[in-house]
Amino acid sequence: MTAETEHSEDGKPGPGSGDDKAAPDSGERPGGAAASGGAAASGGEEPRKAHHHPGRRALLGWGGAGLALGAATAGGMTAALEYGSDAESVAADSAAAVPFHGEHQAGIATPVQDRLHFAAFDVLTDDRAALMDLLQKWTRAAARMTAGDTVGTGAVGGPAEAPPDDTGEALGLKPSRLTLTFGIGPSLFENDKGEDRFGIKKRRPAAMPDLPHFPGDALDEKRSDGDLCVQACADDPQVAVHAIRNLARIGFGKVSVRWSQLGFGKTSSTTPSAQTPRNLFGFKDGTRNISGDDAAALKRHVWAGKKDGTEWMAGGSYLVARRIRMNIEIWDRTPLAEQEMIIGRSKGEGAPAGRRRERDPVKLSAMAPVSHVRLAHPETNDGIRILRRGYNFTDGTDGLGRLEAGLFFLAYQRDVREGFIPLQRHLARDDTELNEYIQHVGSAVFAVPPGVRDSGDWWARQLFS
Amino acid sequence: MSASIRSRTLIAGAAVPLLAAAALTGCAEKSKAGGDGGVRVTADDSACKVSDDEFPAGNLKLHVENKGSKVTEVYVYAPGDRIVTERENIGPGTKAEITTEVKAGKYEIACKPGMKGDGIRQKVTASGKGAAAERDPKLDAAVASYRTYVQKQADETIPAAQKFADAVEDGDVEAAKKEYAVSRVGWERTEPVAESFGDIDPKVDVREDGLEEGQKWTGWHKLERSLWEKKKISADDKKLAGRLMKDLKEWRDRVGKAEITPTSMANGAKELLDEVATGKVTGEEERYSHTDLVDFQANVDGAEKAYELLKPVAAKKDPQLAKDLDKQFAAIGKLLDEHREGDGFVSYDKVGKSERKKLSDGVNALAEPLSRLAAAVAS
Repeated sequence: MTAETEHSEDGKPGPGSGDDKAAPDSGERPGGAAASGGAAASGGEEPRKAHHHPGRRALLGWGGAGLALGAATAGGMTAALEYGSDAESVAADSAAAVPFHGEHQAGIATPVQDRLHFAAFDVLTDDRAALMDLLQKWTRAAARMTAGDTVGTGAVGGPAEAPPDDTGEALGLKPSRLTLTFGIGPSLFENDKGEDRFGIKKRRPAAMPDLPHFPGDALDEKRSDGDLCVQACADDPQVAVHAIRNLARIGFGKVSVRWSQLGFGKTSSTTPSAQTPRNLFGFKDGTRNISGDDAAALKRHVWAGKKDGTEWMAGGSYLVARRIRMNIEIWDRTPLAEQEMIIGRSKGEGAPAGRRRERDPVKLSAMAPVSHVRLAHPETNDGIRILRRGYNFTDGTDGLGRLEAGLFFLAYQRDVREGFIPLQRHLARDDTELNEYIQHVGSAVFAVPPGVRDSGDWWARQLFS
Repeated sequence: MSASIRSRTLIAGAAVPLLAAAALTGCAEKSKAGGDGGVRVTADDSACKVSDDEFPAGNLKLHVENKGSKVTEVYVYAPGDRIVTERENIGPGTKAEITTEVKAGKYEIACKPGMKGDGIRQKVTASGKGAAAERDPKLDAAVASYRTYVQKQADETIPAAQKFADAVEDGDVEAAKKEYAVSRVGWERTEPVAESFGDIDPKVDVREDGLEEGQKWTGWHKLERSLWEKKKISADDKKLAGRLMKDLKEWRDRVGKAEITPTSMANGAKELLDEVATGKVTGEEERYSHTDLVDFQANVDGAEKAYELLKPVAAKKDPQLAKDLDKQFAAIGKLLDEHREGDGFVSYDKVGKSERKKLSDGVNALAEPLSRLAAAVAS
């Protein structure tokens, strides 16, 4: 599970289908017709099956893809220019407010914003009532901030002798599509001694187990885990930082920030018609992510259902967060053809190996067996699909002159046991080429409850009622 | 705490009948002073007669006569017992003249026969424009008690610091190390007041990185470095010990004049926690001796004192705030207790990162509600 994790549009790939017969039409798709590619990607699962019957392109060995790569790259330059014009066509109003209340929490299937501030918290109190009170206060503050309002009585105009309720750095800024998405880590249900902290141990979802150790993990516990998390996404970084800062402040004495991560340059899109963003390896990332308007795929792969065994989570989802450090410098010294082979797509256009356009159907057999896209593809993974909202991060340099940078990977799924875990098991073991350039250094998993229904509702109310 | 409020109240109460008596005897029936005549203060061993209980704001001249058998001193106090002016050592049968400038407002004039105690007091008023609004007497009492506390801390610092200075002057590294942290406790408990004397603070408590260009490094932390890092005492250090005592005595002598208000007390309490958050939790303050937890405790002590004194008023205005503060002061006390060793605390370099984070969380948990105390006592 890395920077370049790819997912086909198909949740239920036919066995052995590494290709599709729709391929020949790929050349007809203009670069600007991303929407048509997107529509295909979000067109539900059943129709996609057709694409997985072996087509003529399947006859091309992956060795032939090396040649195809060059061609795709050349063609990609033109296409990239064309793509530039339709950027953000969906997110037309990047200053607008995203509704806070609803069936699902915003910030999962809603269009991905440009910036991230993610924070994991330790709960310090062992008082259940105090925790519930905090969650209600947080919810109220979150509803206000996502609407573009200040917290409490605001940043100015209160008593002169008191510090203002709101910290004020977002004054005058637009809502910037701020979403605040809240989650609960396994350690809130039971501590590391297995003790029931808040009388909710029995309500821990089976779909959120502790993550196993994956080969190659170099996890820093100070960048891992957490009792609670809040994902703040916004188009203005100041708005996202303001939100986390104010929630942390409201929580002093009851919670403490365990770790946090700033992100920029979203690496996945939930809006296929928007330009696909690039990760720090320079590759487009998230071409085949689950679309935010693909209700069928969301229902199947992302939203927890009533019958999944944890009723209070119905309408929620499960989040895996991984801080993936990239060895930027050695990647940058890697020849272009090798970079493209490792990823399985061209660098310029983002076309799958052996194809010309970014949204041309993936042809696994044209890719090297070690290509990341191929290894992460649903077809190679029993149809596993996850919804990604990852962000690039750069935390300065690491003291050795290397960029302290990588991908902050965020993936939502209906069941971690059937989503991230098997996928990452596979990638950690077999994605040997890419794993030379990346390392997972932080890890956490959270149950993300369903949406806050109205002003009387609050984050995780169902869990505590 | 409340004990000292009570005792102050008793003394003030005792002073009233005396002054009332003075008024009845006609001592106050002279022409209004404040011009050339001034105010006459007649002191003896059990009374303090003041000729006028009201005079115009501006230049005030007190003509003091000691008719008693004891040496006395005369003070003019602003609300909260801030010393406006004072004159010590007025011998039996002698006269003294005191001049000062007073703004419009309420004051107390006190004689202290034997130069002890809170004195025999009379309330007086300087009339004129610009008088400060009348304050809740409970808050004045809180300020006065806090000033007593601050003064006591300063008074007690002198002998403790003297022990430290003596050890340095003797060249005894081990003895000096022992006395170092103890000598700082009174200062750390009342740091916001101490810091209000902008000229003393940089002489006694500056760290090397806080020096301005051309400023000579003096005070506790210079000696701390010599003792722990250089492990020897230079001739210069011995001189610095004497200098430290001189500066600390000046602090002690001036504390009574510090401007203290209910809001400055409340903000001072918060500032003490800010000190903890920026200097102690990080281990920066005592980077050589690692006695940060001693300072930490002292800062919390001072903040708690200010809070306790303000609590009767604050709890009325904001009961939830008082509840939170009680809880968080108790919590931080418990947290600090985990690091006790012998009479003091473990060396801070032995406190691990996760333990330091717990301390930091505790400070945030306390400082956040503490930052709202000032608003709760502001009238």
